Amino acid sequence: MQHNLLRELVGKRDFYAGGLMVLLGLGVALKGSTYRAGTLMHMGPGFLPTALGIILVLLGIAIAVAALAPSAPDEHGHIAGESLLPEHPQWWAWFCILMSPVCFIVFGRYFGLAPATFTCVLIAALGDKDATWRGTIILATVVTVFGVGLFSYFLQVPMPIFTWRGAL
Amino acid sequence: MISTALTGLWYGFGVAFEPHNLLWCFVGVLVGNMVGVLPGMGPLATISILLPLTFGMKPVGAILMLGGVMYGAQYGGAICSILLNLPCHPPHAVTCLDGFPMTKQGRGGVALGLTVFASFVGASWGITEMIFLSPLLVRAALQFGPAEVCSLMLLGLLAGSTLARGSPIKGVAMTVLGLFLGSVGTDLETGSERYTFGLTELDDGIELIALALGLFGIAEFMNSVNQVAPINTKYTNVSLKDMRPSKEDFKKAFFPMWRGTIVGSLCSLIPGTGPTIASFVAYATEKKISKHPEKFGTGLIEGVVCPEASTHSSVQGDFIPTMSLGIPGDAVMALLLGALMIQGIVPGPQLITQHPDIFWGLVASFWIGNIMLVLLNVPLISIWVKMLAIPYKFLYPSAMFFVCIGVYAANNDFFQVGEVVVIGLFGYILLRLGYHPAPILLGFVLGPRFEENFRRAMLISRGDILVFIERPISAVFVALCAILIGSQIYFRLKGGKTPDLEPADENKPVEIPADLAPRRVPATPAE
Repeated sequence: MQHNLLRELVGKRDFYAGGLMVLLGLGVALKGSTYRAGTLMHMGPGFLPTALGIILVLLGIAIAVAALAPSAPDEHGHIAGESLLPEHPQWWAWFCILMSPVCFIVFGRYFGLAPATFTCVLIAALGDKDATWRGTIILATVVTVFGVGLFSYFLQVPMPIFTWRGAL
Repeated sequence: MISTALTGLWYGFGVAFEPHNLLWCFVGVLVGNMVGVLPGMGPLATISILLPLTFGMKPVGAILMLGGVMYGAQYGGAICSILLNLPCHPPHAVTCLDGFPMTKQGRGGVALGLTVFASFVGASWGITEMIFLSPLLVRAALQFGPAEVCSLMLLGLLAGSTLARGSPIKGVAMTVLGLFLGSVGTDLETGSERYTFGLTELDDGIELIALALGLFGIAEFMNSVNQVAPINTKYTNVSLKDMRPSKEDFKKAFFPMWRGTIVGSLCSLIPGTGPTIASFVAYATEKKISKHPEKFGTGLIEGVVCPEASTHSSVQGDFIPTMSLGIPGDAVMALLLGALMIQGIVPGPQLITQHPDIFWGLVASFWIGNIMLVLLNVPLISIWVKMLAIPYKFLYPSAMFFVCIGVYAANNDFFQVGEVVVIGLFGYILLRLGYHPAPILLGFVLGPRFEENFRRAMLISRGDILVFIERPISAVFVALCAILIGSQIYFRLKGGKTPDLEPADENKPVEIPADLAPRRVPATPAE
């Protein structure tokens, strides 16, 4: 019985959803309590965030407990049982999407707008499962030309188009 | 009363017809229509991308353009639903039910033509409502003290989070999270830093644009990448000639259109019930009063025009609380308010008197923008339809660039591009855990003002929390909040169902992904 419950927990997304909120709320409330709370009449900076953190913990507990309750297969039943990862996890694509802005930062800081745009689009496009080198390079080039034209010349974003080890 | 509204409107047309405003309005509706058509791009992401570009503009032009994106996207979304059966924009999910069967029967053009017409009718009604209701609301709201403002905000936040799609309690959790995120940075009242962890870049708080683009850009891309089915363009040959409805079609569509409009405008009056709910309720109502409900889902024109008219009337109606009270009903409206605040304009009941050019200019631009949209959609339909074929693998990398440069251009700061990565990853985790991140934005935008008013109310009442139920107007809002929470708990205990989608769907008219989360493009079009 106990074992079953544990096994059931693993598949319950809402349990983790609630858990995350509890953790976040705890963090917020604990950090908030280091700020001055003040009185109700003269509230300090810590008052509202701490209160919000506590509410978040309570909500998290409610969400997690609702997931624990033996759920009759209701409308949301299939959602509750859904696993945390999607059916086909796209680790590579996720990595590419997250790396794309990172490349933008690095290349933008050291080499300028055009290289930043090119790498940003290139890396993001490589995440697609049908990506080919040729297609992605063409796409990145087109977006770079268009983007530099729009943002550098038309909208005057103050970022050099090309630079070499610009401001650190 | 009426005459002041009409003078205001007249003045607004003067503002909206100024050449640069006209241009920005056009740019807005054009871009909106475009992203509405593109599967996988929503108005939220688009408005956040465009937001940094508006910093250099005058506030009127900025808000006209961003507003245009919002309602322009609704026109485009209908095309996507009817011709492709892709409910990629939540309000148009119901339109698929009868729209796509019509397309399969070769009557997609007629459906589109009447949709454009119905949309215009719905929007016009919503605008009229805005013209006459907003001044009334403002007159009432100007009497509000901090306690009233506070409880009204609470009501808005609760409604926005519980009535939206997904689980109500998770919605509330997201709103609370948003409120917290809004408190990061320097505390306005005491000047002390909160949750900055020593990072000076966080002193001004989390950047609104980084938050919006992380949650609705990057997180959405992570959710949709490699999950978007290749688009079936078999039915997408629509020409102008096909769009002309026959007299009979028009007759059939006429009354449903008006019923949809009324339902939409009623929904927009309830805070938190956005266009998505309006369209579902409209469809359900139409089905209920129809003489042949069994035929719904087989390609009835009524099932297309009714939800569409409702969506548009509700989209325009949503601007009422946003502009007149400063309380946004959903994330898009929160973003628009954020845009105003970045321009240094304080939202709230004083907006109409202090910045009549913004309010009336916006109202007038709605008419102009909607006429532009009709003109854009009818003769140019074949161009929009061609855009449907742009594959996602080209779309999202380009969008990633716009995300990066948009966040960078907000403050010319690379730190915020880093912020967007972190927020995006966090947003995706939230999505996987079954949270809808939209209420975060709502809480984030209202957070600082909520705190300010709460503090002020407490100061005036000398720390007496009961002030919220001692003042009559505030008490009404608090009571409404209690009713809202109570009914949610009641419905949860009774059947685990939110009340708002209930009317008349006993026999389940809606076969779309049941959790109503169509922001996620389904992997396979439900054909």
